[in-house]
Amino acid sequence: MKDKYNIIVVGAGPSGTTTARFAALSGASVLILEKDREVGIPVRCAEGVGDKGLRSVVDINPNWIAQKISGVSLYSPSGMEVTLATNEVGYVLNRKQFDAGLAELAAKSGAEIKTKAYVYDLLHENGRVSGVKMKHLGKEYQLKADIVIGADGVESRVGRWAGMKTRTPMRDMETCAQVTAQNINIRDDYIHLYFSQKIAPRGYLWIFPKGDGLANVGLGISGEVSRNKSPFEYLEEFLNEHFPQAAILTTVAGGVPCAMELEKIVMDGLMLVGDAAHQVNPVSGGGIVNGMVAGKIAGQVAGNALKEGDVSEKRLKEYVKLWQKAEGKKNKIFYKLKEFVYNMSDEDLDETARLILHNPKERRTILQLFKTALLKKPSLIVDAIKVFT
Amino acid sequence: MKSIKFNRELCDFCGTCVGVCPHDAIELLESDLRITDKCTLCMNCVYICPVRALEELDEG
Repeated sequence: MKDKYNIIVVGAGPSGTTTARFAALSGASVLILEKDREVGIPVRCAEGVGDKGLRSVVDINPNWIAQKISGVSLYSPSGMEVTLATNEVGYVLNRKQFDAGLAELAAKSGAEIKTKAYVYDLLHENGRVSGVKMKHLGKEYQLKADIVIGADGVESRVGRWAGMKTRTPMRDMETCAQVTAQNINIRDDYIHLYFSQKIAPRGYLWIFPKGDGLANVGLGISGEVSRNKSPFEYLEEFLNEHFPQAAILTTVAGGVPCAMELEKIVMDGLMLVGDAAHQVNPVSGGGIVNGMVAGKIAGQVAGNALKEGDVSEKRLKEYVKLWQKAEGKKNKIFYKLKEFVYNMSDEDLDETARLILHNPKERRTILQLFKTALLKKPSLIVDAIKVFT
Repeated sequence: MKSIKFNRELCDFCGTCVGVCPHDAIELLESDLRITDKCTLCMNCVYICPVRALEELDEG
């Protein structure tokens, strides 16, 4: 480890390692700092990704994939199943292997990685960010960087230390519980989503199969409704009722910022990517591919900015512009849709299922589903068309 | 006097509390958590914790 790098990335999740990979490929010296002892552990994730999105940012290694997914089934509060008509392919990943694989790719491109490296503050020089303060194996270090990248996930403290408002409002934080369990007997080339204010208020429950009876079963509820009943209490009730035979192998907790995108994600010498920048799709809570798409752009822009010797906010804003074009604009619409869908009553959810089931199978598309759900809020139908066509 | 009690044995070290803390008053390491003196006892962290590792105490 040197005491100065072009780029220091805080956090070795998919967003951080992808940013590092593309920055290193452009010739920058890059150091990734990860507070945990091993990249990819623990897995705090339902592990689902779309094929098209993932392929746009990395060559997919078959070892990363637990289960190929070819369909989606949604369940209404009263138990009506709606299978969506879709040709899209997805995967349930093994995040442990996936994250490690992405870190290896970053390393092969020239990035250094340090685990058990706890970043606890930023360095400032002439009124701008100039590096990080970090503890590693009992020693304190001050490491300089031309650009610091905050890829520190839901905590998003790097941005806060720089003066950005990265806190997630309570209502937008989905507090989540998940188990990986065996004996989940359900169609395993489909993902299964349950919408009900009783099962998962202001959120939803997911079953993401990993093959041969193994599956991630989890749910998220809004922080606005988690005071008196925790997500694990909700999950236990669901498992008792629907999968009493489940054998739980792993239990994990986590938070997903299903929030409006942050107004500010770059400053002189500083960029935020992934969950830290609230780049999660607010409807699905999916953040892997979005974080990697942002990471690719951020890494390339950072690399070019360094070559030009200009790491000012103005120069780095190219990243924001390109991200907005790629996914950011859509996320603003997804947020509006989330606000409506997550607050639907169980009666309205059941009514939506009843109506969509009147359509022939091939017309039960995601767009048709939203159009049906939005009958009571027609002003949003135009928005749904924008993101689902 | 209100305070927040941290139950290490319950904590999953997920960072959800850090994300909602309005005052950046929580330090989270791989397997440790500290509430600093920036805390104003707003209790957001207590209400959001998925595993109920943070507990509101009201003594005296």
